[in-house]
Amino acid sequence: MDWGAILDNILRGAFGEQFIYFGLAAIGLNIHFGYTGLLNFGQAVFMAAGAYGLAMMVATWGLSFWIGVFVGVFVFPFILAIILGAPTLRLRADYLAIVTIAAAEIFRLIVRSPTFDEWTGSSDGLTAFADRFYEFSPFDPGQRYLFGLFIGNQMWVVIVGWVVLALGVTISWLLVRSPWGRVVKAVREDEDAARSLGKNAYSYKMQALIIGGMFGAAGGMLRAIGTQSAQPDNFITDVTFFVWVALILGGAGTVIGPILGAGILYAVLNFTDIVLRQAVNADYIPAAIMSGTQVGQVRFMLIGLALVLLAAFRPQGILGSKEEMALDDR
Amino acid sequence: MSLPRTLFAFVAAVIALLALASPAAAELVGQEDDSSGTEVRGTLRTTSEEGEDVFVEDVTLVVTDEAGTEVGIGVTDSEGNWSVELPGAGTYSVLLDVSTLPEGVPLRNPDNNPLTIEVGEGDSRPTLFPLGEATASTGTTIEAVQLFVDGLKLGLIIAMSAIGLSLIYGTTGLTNFAHGEMVTFGALMAYLFNVTGVFGLSTSLIVAGLLSVIVSAIAGGLFNGLVWAPLRHRGASLIAALIVSIGFSILLRYVMLYQFGGRSRFYSDYQLQEKYDFRWFTLAPKDLFIILFSTAVLIVVGIGLQKTRAGKAMRAVADNRDLAESSGIDVEQVIRWVWIVGGGLAGLGGVLFGLTEALSWEMGFRILLLMFAGVTLGGLGSAYGALVGSVIVGIFIQMSTLVIPSDMKNVGALLTLILILLIRPQGLLGRPERVG
Repeated sequence: MDWGAILDNILRGAFGEQFIYFGLAAIGLNIHFGYTGLLNFGQAVFMAAGAYGLAMMVATWGLSFWIGVFVGVFVFPFILAIILGAPTLRLRADYLAIVTIAAAEIFRLIVRSPTFDEWTGSSDGLTAFADRFYEFSPFDPGQRYLFGLFIGNQMWVVIVGWVVLALGVTISWLLVRSPWGRVVKAVREDEDAARSLGKNAYSYKMQALIIGGMFGAAGGMLRAIGTQSAQPDNFITDVTFFVWVALILGGAGTVIGPILGAGILYAVLNFTDIVLRQAVNADYIPAAIMSGTQVGQVRFMLIGLALVLLAAFRPQGILGSKEEMALDDR
Repeated sequence: MSLPRTLFAFVAAVIALLALASPAAAELVGQEDDSSGTEVRGTLRTTSEEGEDVFVEDVTLVVTDEAGTEVGIGVTDSEGNWSVELPGAGTYSVLLDVSTLPEGVPLRNPDNNPLTIEVGEGDSRPTLFPLGEATASTGTTIEAVQLFVDGLKLGLIIAMSAIGLSLIYGTTGLTNFAHGEMVTFGALMAYLFNVTGVFGLSTSLIVAGLLSVIVSAIAGGLFNGLVWAPLRHRGASLIAALIVSIGFSILLRYVMLYQFGGRSRFYSDYQLQEKYDFRWFTLAPKDLFIILFSTAVLIVVGIGLQKTRAGKAMRAVADNRDLAESSGIDVEQVIRWVWIVGGGLAGLGGVLFGLTEALSWEMGFRILLLMFAGVTLGGLGSAYGALVGSVIVGIFIQMSTLVIPSDMKNVGALLTLILILLIRPQGLLGRPERVG
């Protein structure tokens, strides 16, 4: 066992790129589910909207990077939220769940389809749209930084990511302690009561869906920038559930919960990943029980198991309060 | 037993069962070789009538260098992958031997054969030969009629799988996202009995299918008894239960991938069949069987729901749980039977689905969204609604390929799901009540 590599992997999980991408998406989901009570099971499609918003503007239509960022973070998720929310936000909560999960699949099928190859690059996806981002990088791409954890370009993504993440936490903190935040929480607790006080619950839910979607899009866009590619298979429906586990683990309905959850989740996933990988390579685990390819599948099983256990036994996660975020009360 | 213990018991039981059907683990070893050298590679795949990826095996590709000297020959494996190692960087031409392509699978761009490619030192250069859609030979068939019949078949399979989903929703309020995995489970169990064999014994697909339905029904009952009944007993909310079901959906799906591997597989029986010619459409005997058999099963289920005591009790609980309970119906008993019947039907749907296309670990998840579309169209909670809605969705999916590209047909179905919610959220047969 190479303990140095294991420690590196844990730290990279807890503070690195995955933590940033999924932390941002979880902040968005927190606004959806934690504060407004919306069951969005298609956060992956908002992430994809951010990624493809940027990639298509730059790589397909040759527009500037900044227009791409604007379209990816604001325009695409806005349109998407309207499309998803309009038919479902007046209905019972599980309809939104079905429609969002279907939307994630629709989006993936569409961008994968050779029919739109010209615009989306079909299953190969789009590349070469993030050069402008790395032009600003003060780090030498050939060097390693921060105790050798990140190479130059990664370091730049991570630094920018931390700033965006801090911004995201601040914005969500300001939002939820504003009058808007109080109304949204009232809608979560009792929609009829909020309506009887003259609040347009439908409109507030739609606003929450849009804002949370924009956070998800920002996370997805950073992911596309970090990997320098926008690929349909990076945004499969299962991606959504990583975000859900991060949120519920940290504590839905708390400001810090989503990023705490994302950090812990990826530290744990990276830890199991590398330990298993080393064990398989060193033949501590016989190949008949687990092969190299199967190691990658374990993390999905862990995500599923985590969702089951958290929802059944500790719906408030680490930070949440049982009174505010008891799934059991609704 | 307490909930944590029962929950783990259930997961362990499923894993143990699947471990029996585990040809994957041994086969995968050594497959991950190092592909560090300079090479040209690719995957040949086409789309079946159901819109699924089908990998094309045993196709020969010849790679020559600029001087016209043959560098190597690649043959696609069962996953359509091929690769040829190259001596170094340079310009090469790749020729696909068209005569080795299966019948009915043409190259989409015959002009791009041979392909000229540039490869850098150390590159693993992907090379794409897009294949046309695999089509059955068409004589006098009328495309619309053919698609209608294909759609009917798909719709009946969706309906079979979806009745359980709808009944479970109706009786317990749970939107069971793990229902797709129950479909996959049925298909894989049939594969276990049919191809892998238990203790070295394998049977014909008919027996294997029957066994699979029984195992699926038991699994459905266990799923309820070990997970959902204790959760209900604890007073877990529907939203918590919904998230638990999503967790199980992922967990079971990846356990099945782990045990079964990512490859597509086929039953050993009824693979290649001469199609009957019905003048306007053609149909393989197995497809005809699927249509007739599933219609019969659905009629029996319908009569069962309408006439038998148990069926009446199920509908009563779905209609109004409290009223049913106060009139002396043992609600928990009814729910148990709903899970057993629903599990068996989902398993049967999986077996039949596996007959029409390749078996894979995520086949159920893909059909799950179509089930949701069907159930929502028919009206959530109504068994007859699920039936009608699913058949319509199946026919719609197939017929829509008349106007949209076939890789987009599921998109059409899912978009209708959104449209239905906009126009008539209670569905075709659902009760018009305000649900929000």
